Amino acid sequence: MDRYLYRKRRVLNLLSLTLAMLATLFGLFWLAWLLWTLVSQGLQYINWDLFAVATPPPGESGGLSNAIVGSLILTALGVAIGAPLGVLAGTYLSEFGRGTRFAAVTRFVSDVLLSAPSIILGVFVYEMVVLRAGHFSAYAGGLALALIVLPVVVRTTEDMLRLVPDRMREAAAALGAPRWKVVVSIVYRAARSGILTGILLAVARVSGETAPLLFTALNNQFASTRLDQPIANLPVVIFQFAMSPYDDWQHLAWAGALLITTAILLLNIIVRVFLPSAERRH
Amino acid sequence: MVEPIIRLDAPDRGPPQAVASPAPDTPTASAKVEIRGLDFHYGKSQALFDINLAIPERQVTAFIGPSGCGKSTLLRCLNRIYALYPGHRASGEVILDGHNILAKGVDLNLLRARVGMVFQAPTPFPMSIRDNIAYGVRLYERLSRAKMDRRVSWALKQAALWDEVKDKLHQSGTALSGGQQQRLCIARAIAIKPEILLLDEPASALDPISTLKIEELIDELKRDYTIVIVTHNMQQAARVSDYTAFMYLGKLIEFGATRILFTNPAEKQTEDYITGRYG
Repeated sequence: MDRYLYRKRRVLNLLSLTLAMLATLFGLFWLAWLLWTLVSQGLQYINWDLFAVATPPPGESGGLSNAIVGSLILTALGVAIGAPLGVLAGTYLSEFGRGTRFAAVTRFVSDVLLSAPSIILGVFVYEMVVLRAGHFSAYAGGLALALIVLPVVVRTTEDMLRLVPDRMREAAAALGAPRWKVVVSIVYRAARSGILTGILLAVARVSGETAPLLFTALNNQFASTRLDQPIANLPVVIFQFAMSPYDDWQHLAWAGALLITTAILLLNIIVRVFLPSAERRH
Repeated sequence: MVEPIIRLDAPDRGPPQAVASPAPDTPTASAKVEIRGLDFHYGKSQALFDINLAIPERQVTAFIGPSGCGKSTLLRCLNRIYALYPGHRASGEVILDGHNILAKGVDLNLLRARVGMVFQAPTPFPMSIRDNIAYGVRLYERLSRAKMDRRVSWALKQAALWDEVKDKLHQSGTALSGGQQQRLCIARAIAIKPEILLLDEPASALDPISTLKIEELIDELKRDYTIVIVTHNMQQAARVSDYTAFMYLGKLIEFGATRILFTNPAEKQTEDYITGRYG
């Protein structure tokens, strides 16, 4: 045994372990700082009115109820449009188009869309929908968010379906099950929590998007649930209130930022903690 | 004592008839499946070369040979499961009850309902034990709840699994042990009442006791089904099968009654393999 070699390896091991831990701490440090700032600045303004009263004019007291409702509507709209399309496209890529040129091109385009800056998607919908309709609207906002949801769901659906081993498909086909039935009743069933995870991650992704909404849903001082009208939403309200010179608007922006961060954090925790255990029960 | 190779259609009865060729490629009365001039390609590489073989009805036929010899590939031609993958193609003829299943226009789903298959690794579906079995049945039959219950218990009894699962039919099939899962897969294949059962190394992932159970099961099942089993375990082939086909490098080297192939092989390659000289 070469003692020198062994000692050298131990030193190298210690060194790389230390570096890896420092890198981890470095990343966590900023995250902790960010969360701490949010909590320390925002928590004091969290109260019942936040959820019950609409955004106020400067100098008056108010809440974020219209923005919260608007954000929920926009997210629901984006997911309702983007998720089914994404699941179907992901299914095509994994189950039917495997190995074809068309699937390869589709996958590439979807990946490009996945990394496209969200403001571009906002401008695109602005050009296609807002300008033609002549006004900002909730459905334009939902459409912009759907364009963000779509590639995320395509990617995760395809990945999750590919994790289902081929022998499962063979076993179902060997019983005489037609292809579509194999996909719907066996492959989806085996991958459903993975697909759901993908959709929830897409929800988390779009619920903080600001740029595409600035061009599409814009904002609304008043409570509105009409889809053909501009609609208030948390990210744009935070953006406007945080940039404003009014103290109470800035306070509301802090509260909104804390709210949205907590919601996304919770969503991520739910995805991590609850869905894998649903998988294991099978 | 040296016994000559006997013909397929007279396995154990009367005086053995000697034949020149060890692989009887002429049609026989009791043949359920006849394979004629079968070639198989995975894309550009050829995996099977001119296979000629008659699989007798209600008997157990084993395919043996070293890894990569094409025995699983040959099995996968019998229900055309290979057709799931683009680039896999078979040419030649596989005659099942007088019809060439390799012909164009064959309904693959109906074919697979007639030719059941159990795979190497157990593949329970992510659903309850009962639904695992009912799944295949529902594809082709509309049964009342009571009739379906009877079918499920019948299939589980046939697969010698009933006593172990009768109180937990609504639990997930994936929670069973490996050996139980494999018997569940056999029950699932039987439940749709196929005519032929293809077993692709059904016991290779199992412990010795589960293996024994599966082998006993195969012996039971051959009364009702034509069984084809692929195995890389020669003792297993010798124990469970009536006929054995020895394959090597994509070619059928020898086919005959198991007893004879194992005691007095006609081909040098067969002898080398079964005596453990290669493979």
